Amino acid sequence: MADYAHPEVLVSTDWVAQHANDANVRVVEVDVDTNAYKEGHVPGAIAWSWTTQLSDTVRRDILNKHQFEKLMGDSGISNDTTVVLYGDNNNWFAAWAFWEMKMYGHKDVRIMNGGRKKWLAEGREVSTSEPSLAPAIYRAVGPDNSLRAFLDQVQAALAARSHHMVDVRSPQEFTGEILAPPGLPETCQRGGHIPHARNIPWSKAVNEDGTFKSAEELKALYGAEGIDGSKPVIAYCRIGERSSHTWFVLKYLLGFDRVQNYDGSWTEWGNLVGAPVERGASAAKTA
Amino acid sequence: MKVENFSERRLEIDGWPVNLTTYQIGGVFHCKADNVSPGAGLARTTGATREEAEEKALARARERLSRTRRHPV
Repeated sequence: MADYAHPEVLVSTDWVAQHANDANVRVVEVDVDTNAYKEGHVPGAIAWSWTTQLSDTVRRDILNKHQFEKLMGDSGISNDTTVVLYGDNNNWFAAWAFWEMKMYGHKDVRIMNGGRKKWLAEGREVSTSEPSLAPAIYRAVGPDNSLRAFLDQVQAALAARSHHMVDVRSPQEFTGEILAPPGLPETCQRGGHIPHARNIPWSKAVNEDGTFKSAEELKALYGAEGIDGSKPVIAYCRIGERSSHTWFVLKYLLGFDRVQNYDGSWTEWGNLVGAPVERGASAAKTA
Repeated sequence: MKVENFSERRLEIDGWPVNLTTYQIGGVFHCKADNVSPGAGLARTTGATREEAEEKALARARERLSRTRRHPV
């Protein structure tokens, strides 16, 4: 992990096995499928549901500052706790939680490289019991909206061609052949992608065992599509969790300064009246 | 408890590549089917045997994938 721009944000499964029960460490499982935790999880880990605990349950948004402080406090997390996140689907929603925690200024948050899949594949110990937590006091800062792109910013970026747009969905979602991942409900009115976006599926950033590819491989992957940090980057997908994975890669593993996650993503853009949409494969690369 | 008998394999259902992950925790086999690309989960099932858990997951995955529409591009 030494070649990454910020290797301190990744921990190995070995590290977690040794430190999960340290007094200042809180391990949190964040899954796409919130039933996974109940099957068995890293001993001592708690779980957050992305649908009910990491999102506002009334309007479509991340937690507000007060809600975030309450979640942290209820989870026994104080401002100086080392939080280690992991989850299924190669850490999709672990990356989302990481992004949200950085928006509210948490200093020491890390991701377990390889996620839930690697822990299981290694035949490690799992538990089905939930730890009892002593509530803590938490004071958030922010939100730091420089990490997030809103619709008007994406529209302005598109008009000015000021950003690199990275669509991290599958090629079939990108072209418009399908309107949602196979087997999932269609959640948009139109298929395709934001004009001029480059299609670099999130999954290209990970190895078979779920760990992130090396810095050199990642640099080559994104560089081949012109994503080299020379321009600000906006990453998007369907609902913003796969793009938070790519946001993490670009910002923390490759060290690009200006990377935003557009969490409105295709479920916003693909439902907008009058929004420009490009179908089919990418047009030729432009600067 | 330790995770045992972890395995992964790929197959195709209705033209869609599917990843099947199976493992045992205690006396229960757990199976997860996902759609490889983009990697979203299709089914999560349990069974007393690997075969039972996988059959249930495949049936559920097949049902969900059959509803996926391909649009002309």
